[in-house]
Amino acid sequence: MTRMTYREAMRAALRKALRDDPRVFLMGEDVGRYGGAFAVSLGLLGEFGPERIRDTPLSESAFVGAGIGAALGGMHPIVEIMTINFSMLALDQILNNAAALRHMSGGQLRVPMVVRVATGAGRQLAAQHSHSLEGWYAHIPGIRVLAPATVADAYGMLLAALREPDPVFIFEHATLYPLEGEVEEQAPLPDINRAAIVRAGGDATLITYGGSLGKTLAAGNQLAREGLEAEVIDLRSLRPLDTETVVESVRKTHRAVVVDEAWRTGSFSAEVSAQIMENAFDDLDAPVARVCSAEVPMPYARHLEEAALPKVEEIVVAARELVPRHG
Amino acid sequence: MSTRPLAENLPVTSEHAWFLLREMLRIRRFEEKAAEMYSLGKIHGFLHLYIGEEATGVGSMQTFTPEDSIVTTYREHGHALARGMPARELMAEMFGKVTGCSRGHGGSMHFFDVRRRFFGGYAIVGGGMPIAVGLALADRMQNRPAITACYFGDGAVAEGEFHESLNLAALWKLPIVFLCENNQYAMGTALARHQAQTDISRKAAAYGLDSNAVDGMDVVAAEAAAREAAAFVRSGKGPFLLELRTYRFRAHSMADPDLYRTKEEIAEWRKRDPVVLFENRLREWGILTDEKLAALEAEVEAEIADAVRFAEESPREPVEDLLKDVCGPVPS
Repeated sequence: MTRMTYREAMRAALRKALRDDPRVFLMGEDVGRYGGAFAVSLGLLGEFGPERIRDTPLSESAFVGAGIGAALGGMHPIVEIMTINFSMLALDQILNNAAALRHMSGGQLRVPMVVRVATGAGRQLAAQHSHSLEGWYAHIPGIRVLAPATVADAYGMLLAALREPDPVFIFEHATLYPLEGEVEEQAPLPDINRAAIVRAGGDATLITYGGSLGKTLAAGNQLAREGLEAEVIDLRSLRPLDTETVVESVRKTHRAVVVDEAWRTGSFSAEVSAQIMENAFDDLDAPVARVCSAEVPMPYARHLEEAALPKVEEIVVAARELVPRHG
Repeated sequence: MSTRPLAENLPVTSEHAWFLLREMLRIRRFEEKAAEMYSLGKIHGFLHLYIGEEATGVGSMQTFTPEDSIVTTYREHGHALARGMPARELMAEMFGKVTGCSRGHGGSMHFFDVRRRFFGGYAIVGGGMPIAVGLALADRMQNRPAITACYFGDGAVAEGEFHESLNLAALWKLPIVFLCENNQYAMGTALARHQAQTDISRKAAAYGLDSNAVDGMDVVAAEAAAREAAAFVRSGKGPFLLELRTYRFRAHSMADPDLYRTKEEIAEWRKRDPVVLFENRLREWGILTDEKLAALEAEVEAEIADAVRFAEESPREPVEDLLKDVCGPVPS
């Protein structure tokens, strides 16, 4: 076991991947000489050189498309997109090419590519650097969508993603980079199809992923002090979604709160809620509750940003209201 | 007859000239048959014909080896045939059959053949260009001597991906030939109505690329220019932009009423029909007779008829396989 930050875990996984497989290379804006906008790739240029730690122009569509082409040509690219709002500039390549090529070519082509994207708010970066659009990506068949919420997953998921024959998107909540945790570098690769129950409880199920896991666990602890034992599920993968783990928990607790930093309307929380409705309707004792961001372009001022984002207290209240004796 | 050049003075050997004519005729007759099959309700969706542009695809394709990669657009029947993809598989694809080159998943706009390194028809204008850059990057990083041919139309130069791709390829000195088949129209919008600079080859200079423009109605000129471009790229000097100036005789697609250009303009370009033009040259050179042309036409007609028969008789993919190949199994 090694104690490290989420950022260091991601870097350690990158280093291992680059050492283990000559087909792997990293490309993106400022990943080389700058060391990465979030310092994830700091030092890798010196270790692996400019061919494999490849700085790109500010051309999201071209370098994501080039990643697809390089994958078709036998390489295994890891592409970094600085923030999820910038990934909109590459959405054509992602949706129309990366996700479609295997099926559209009748199974002839495959695109083994990992795309790492920083996501989420909490750093006063306003309306063009702060959103949580990973749910949009989870809508697309042909790709995988991962959201590591822990340091161990930051390490393991990148390596597991590189075993996949298809494009894998890893959404890294930017507030997680300084988070510390334990990594077992020799551990077997994690199963990236499964959600994880990170807190056991029988009174309500709190379902979340990525940057909201910390808040949701804090809410779970506060609820426990009030005598309400919440089960907390970290979805880990948004596509495929581990409906089974969610439904099993809800069958036990009969109540569910979905916590998602995205806007409520059309969000991934709506998909989770629908899955519960479709698969565990008769087990529910209350409607599925959701805690999401306010429907506003993310404001800059700290008090406004905080007001827009899901809060621990909101999760606590939402859970409490589902349980009669606590409501 | 005394003005006829001697065989050794022809710009191409008579055998090669004959081959070029045959390839152009195959495309012309294939496209005519595709239009007919569309009218009969055998082919659906969009069908973009290449008629009028045969010299650009046939001429330029001659310089690319089996190790090179091809990336093209939704108007790609000609490229696919010139690359050696069997007419049968192309017709079957458009019929939506499992024997099609993309198992009926792509249709007219999305032909693929990984064995021939034909990496596809891309139907978002400009969308194939970054992929071509990546294929060239993969060749470079794996020390393969191959190059990539990236075909696109004049409409694509308005897309950001054109500019991003040219810059990235030039910045990294990647082995890629950008081939702009300028047929004068971005769907229905004439070049001068969407570009301030209508000389596409000149756009390359802004990104530090070498470039050239050639008469795309002349198959010999197109081949020579493409060979020169490919030789430049193979020598390691970086990418090259070749503009092939051509014209599509038919509407943009079968759904296009063709209201945005005059009949006179089309008639003017048809005077330079690349197939007729080349037939006439072969006659001037004394290597084409009516009998030989009739024999060639019969041979091509038989190939196309066989393709239609094959497409008709082929099975459709079972619906149970609908979700197969959305994602693949993890390799062991």
